[in-house]
Amino acid sequence: MGFDAAEFDAAEFDAAEFDANRRYRLHERVALRPEPFGALAYHYDNRRLNFLRAPELVTLVESLGEHRSVREAFDSAGLDQSRWPSFEKALASLAASDFLVAI
Amino acid sequence: MTDTAVAPTTPPDTATGSAATALGVPTTAKPHSLVLSPVKRSGLAEQLKAGLDAPICLTWELTYACNLQCIHCLSSSGRRDPRELTTTEAEAVIDELQRMQVFYINIGGGEPTIRSDFWHLIDYATDHGVGVKFSTNGSRIDASVARRLAASDYVDVQISIDGADAATNDAVRGEGSLEVAQQAMKHLHNAGFKGFKISVVMTRHNIAQVDELEAMAARFDAELRLTRFRPSGRGADSWYQLHPTEAQQRLLYRWLLDRPEVLTGDSFFHLSALGEPLPGLNLCGAGRVVCLIDPIGDVYACPFVLHDEFRAGSVRDHGGFQRVWQHSELFAELREPQSAGACASCGHFDACQGGCMAAKFFTGIPLDGPDPECVLGHGEPLVDAARSARPSLALDHSRPSPVKLLARNHRAART
Repeated sequence: MGFDAAEFDAAEFDAAEFDANRRYRLHERVALRPEPFGALAYHYDNRRLNFLRAPELVTLVESLGEHRSVREAFDSAGLDQSRWPSFEKALASLAASDFLVAI
Repeated sequence: MTDTAVAPTTPPDTATGSAATALGVPTTAKPHSLVLSPVKRSGLAEQLKAGLDAPICLTWELTYACNLQCIHCLSSSGRRDPRELTTTEAEAVIDELQRMQVFYINIGGGEPTIRSDFWHLIDYATDHGVGVKFSTNGSRIDASVARRLAASDYVDVQISIDGADAATNDAVRGEGSLEVAQQAMKHLHNAGFKGFKISVVMTRHNIAQVDELEAMAARFDAELRLTRFRPSGRGADSWYQLHPTEAQQRLLYRWLLDRPEVLTGDSFFHLSALGEPLPGLNLCGAGRVVCLIDPIGDVYACPFVLHDEFRAGSVRDHGGFQRVWQHSELFAELREPQSAGACASCGHFDACQGGCMAAKFFTGIPLDGPDPECVLGHGEPLVDAARSARPSLALDHSRPSPVKLLARNHRAART
């Protein structure tokens, strides 16, 4: 297709570099397009595409900067604790491709 | 600088063993299962098959004019079409793409840099939030252009070649064309442009050179992009001599599995019938998540189906591109669930999706039949018989008298 869907896997980013106790925000050069599955994200600087595959993930990503830490954002969003690990992994992947930046 | 479509797909949480649910992943997914298992991707893939309000990205061929005459050109390019979109019309298309939030486009041709307003349109797109990757044969990328490109964050470049050595490359693209392309690579490299793409269509003759191609990309700080050769455009004839053998396809599959960093545009999904799926969405995106705008504004389902059967409309029609994308009958049909047809009895349809629509269409195989390059051997027996059912090529912008190019022999054979 016109785009290259080389997906990240565990070997390609170090999840340990992501710290859920820190504050993150969406990179200012990232745009989100709402989609039924969540959102399509595009990074104008590194020209990567990203699928945010849950509507809750989109809301969360947009609000990250308003919270002192990722975990606080989870809590504030009322996200069920059983879903925290998978959301954390998704955010770690986004941070690894520079869609999120630590502040 | 990679343009990867990255699904933030992650393994289920290993600490708790719970399944990943944030990513649209069924809760039945096995803990510790492979990151890229097809089961986990299927939720997204199924949604994408039904189409989106706007394409994820699209290919826009700005001109049919080309200073090369490659024997496999998917758009049969050569001569400029007098009906080409004007600068004002092209700007209006970009405005529309911005409104639809199409974040980036692949610009090609022909040789797009031949258009006198090429650099203006690139700037216009990036100024309007539409990122650009353009494909070129490199002939217009001199040192100063390379510096300008290196200074822009929003433009990516893809240099096309067809072999690691001049003999292999030039047999397809014309004499001296590899040297020209490598000069462009040198200029980009010297200008500090990291991560531009070196794009190669896999043929019977270059598929054994993948290691050399990989080394070439590394030498120029570039990324290798390998894509599947489709029998489109002038490739409809040269395919019979150039397409990879089944044994070569199997080797390529292993090679790609070992190198998830090599870009493929998801074009080898038919190889996934061999086992573990290759990275990517493994689906045909034609009219669902991608499409093509040709130089005169006609909209086709994908870059490989420049034929009336797959023409959905024109950006010049009332309602413009958006109306074509959202309301054309053709695209609505492509977004319907597709039948497995003749492939229903094979256990691998879920993996290969029956292969590539364009490959079937231009070899005369029914669209619900097997891919002519089906890796399980279901397509090959049909190829000869189907040859008489091939569609005629209505769109041909080939130059009438190609000069000094090896394509001459091929053209002589066609006429």
